[in-house]
Amino acid sequence: MPLDPFSYRTLAPKAASYWWLLVVLALAVIVGLGCAWHVEHAGHEVTGMSNRVVWGLPHVFAIGLIVAASGALNVASMASVFGVARYKPWARVSIVLAMALLIGGLLILVLDLGRPDRLVIALTHWNFRSIFTWNIFLYNGFLVICLVYLWMMLERRFNRYTRVAGSIAFAWRLILTTGTGSIFGWLVGRNALDTALLAPLFIALSLVLGSAVFALLVVLLRRWWGGTVTDDWTVALSRLLGWFALALAYFSIVHHLTNLYVAEHGDTQTAMLGGFYGALYWLGHIVIGTLVVVWLGLFGVPTVRRVVYASVAAIIGSVLLLYSIVVGSQVVPQRLFPGKTVIASTFGDSGLAQYVPSVWEFGLGIGGVALALLLLLLAMRVLPLQPEGLES
Amino acid sequence: MATEPASQPSSQARRRFLTKLGLGALVVSAPTLSLVSLQAADQPVTAARRWGLLIDTAKCASGCDDCVRGCNAEHGIAASNREDTTAQWIRKIDLQDNLTGRESSLPVMCQHCSSAPCVDVCPTGASFRRADGIVLVNKHTCIGCRYCMMACPYKARSFIHENLTDQLPRAPRGKGTVESCTLCVHRIDAAEDTSEVNTACAQACTDAGHDAIVFGDLNDPDSQIAQALASSDSLQIRSDLQLGTGVRYSQF
Repeated sequence: MPLDPFSYRTLAPKAASYWWLLVVLALAVIVGLGCAWHVEHAGHEVTGMSNRVVWGLPHVFAIGLIVAASGALNVASMASVFGVARYKPWARVSIVLAMALLIGGLLILVLDLGRPDRLVIALTHWNFRSIFTWNIFLYNGFLVICLVYLWMMLERRFNRYTRVAGSIAFAWRLILTTGTGSIFGWLVGRNALDTALLAPLFIALSLVLGSAVFALLVVLLRRWWGGTVTDDWTVALSRLLGWFALALAYFSIVHHLTNLYVAEHGDTQTAMLGGFYGALYWLGHIVIGTLVVVWLGLFGVPTVRRVVYASVAAIIGSVLLLYSIVVGSQVVPQRLFPGKTVIASTFGDSGLAQYVPSVWEFGLGIGGVALALLLLLLAMRVLPLQPEGLES
Repeated sequence: MATEPASQPSSQARRRFLTKLGLGALVVSAPTLSLVSLQAADQPVTAARRWGLLIDTAKCASGCDDCVRGCNAEHGIAASNREDTTAQWIRKIDLQDNLTGRESSLPVMCQHCSSAPCVDVCPTGASFRRADGIVLVNKHTCIGCRYCMMACPYKARSFIHENLTDQLPRAPRGKGTVESCTLCVHRIDAAEDTSEVNTACAQACTDAGHDAIVFGDLNDPDSQIAQALASSDSLQIRSDLQLGTGVRYSQF
């Protein structure tokens, strides 16, 4: 691979807004840590989660960030693996963003554990029949591979290895997202999650979320620290978002259609496609996350404003889809007795479970997002990541 | 020779000292010796036994929750501030057949599967299955991720959402970890004669006069549970999953 022709600089804190942003993000991280401390101190009874809905809003935040991390690396992959020159200047930021998002997501996941103080046990006691264990290696491996990949880019002598490192990172992140999706797949006891389709669905989700987050970041960076987003970038980001949104819709629709075909999954599908969770799916994912994104991304003349709207819509749609999958799949009682109706139960075998996230869960989630952005801004301040001279 | 008379009492003193030392060592080692002698009774768990339950739904009374209360008392389980965060080692379910309208009642607890999904998904191996078929949670290595609860087809596991006080030594429980029916493993492991062991739920059911729950060794052809299983049809909940449950239901 030829040497990188672009020059890069660290983020110059020209505006006071940079420092204010750092302060706000740091405060959000502290609030997030405070929320986690309260939950661990008082117990999870202060959250909305229960023995029926065991995973809630923190997991939506965490998984959203983790899959976004995988998708955010897409720009670097396009440059290094597929040789698309347009993406090359932003490859460095892409890698750092991916790492920051992953660390933010993992922070949430770890702090939501019942015993986060036992993290060292998770890192030293392994059960290789568990996809969770594999994911520990996949996540840590991703961080190491990204670090090496970035090093190959930053160190001019090693630029020739960028393609090799990028290819490994590309393959690894596909496996990583497959692993994340597989946490929810193959759960034989839960109708909506007993499917291998969630692995490719999560890959599509990562592409949508990662591209949307990256597009917003590029627009913000160029707006705050000078320069404009070039036309070819605008077109490329729009088209990518549109096609990725279509891919995600394809998998989500097939997921529901295949479940609707199975008679015993009827209750689950009724809950996930109707009522509150149905609204999240139809209005959030299909209308906002798919139709709006496709309309903005694939039709009309792409503009920066349209890219921003499409990115925001894609993030909203993706998060709501994730919520409908993670929470919606748990509110329906697990069907133990086909052909029989539960007329009484001492513990929720009929009716939908109620789940209302608490402010503590929300605070923890926001803290993880803030940490990701904080790490990104700090990394951009100390490492030459931002490309120069793109305006011409 | 000048020292000979002096050495005599010294030698006796040494003898007395050694005698006392020997007696002291005997006293100190006595508990150890007794522990060693108990080793014979404290055999390692083997697959020779497969503990399980048989629930006769024809005898299980609707509205009766004696088994649940018996289990709660045995393990020190109390209601929490929220109904859906209260630990549920056993729950009672009343059912009606969609075609015939026949009603039945039964308890559902951890089914102690041979191929337990909770054991498969546990990242740290805290969820484990003993050789004798009892599925347990190692309270020292459970990190509280709740993946086992997502994986359990029977919703048989509970996460401890609140601070606990006054836990019972025989039933270790702790905030932030997952738990479920242990088949009263503390009774099994403490028993001199395991054929005399009964679980708290089965005992409560018998005390209430229902006799709907039978506990025993599924591998012992002479056990009550094995003979009952051999004499009538029984089924496993979600038998389609082929998890090989240790809890069976008859007359259902």
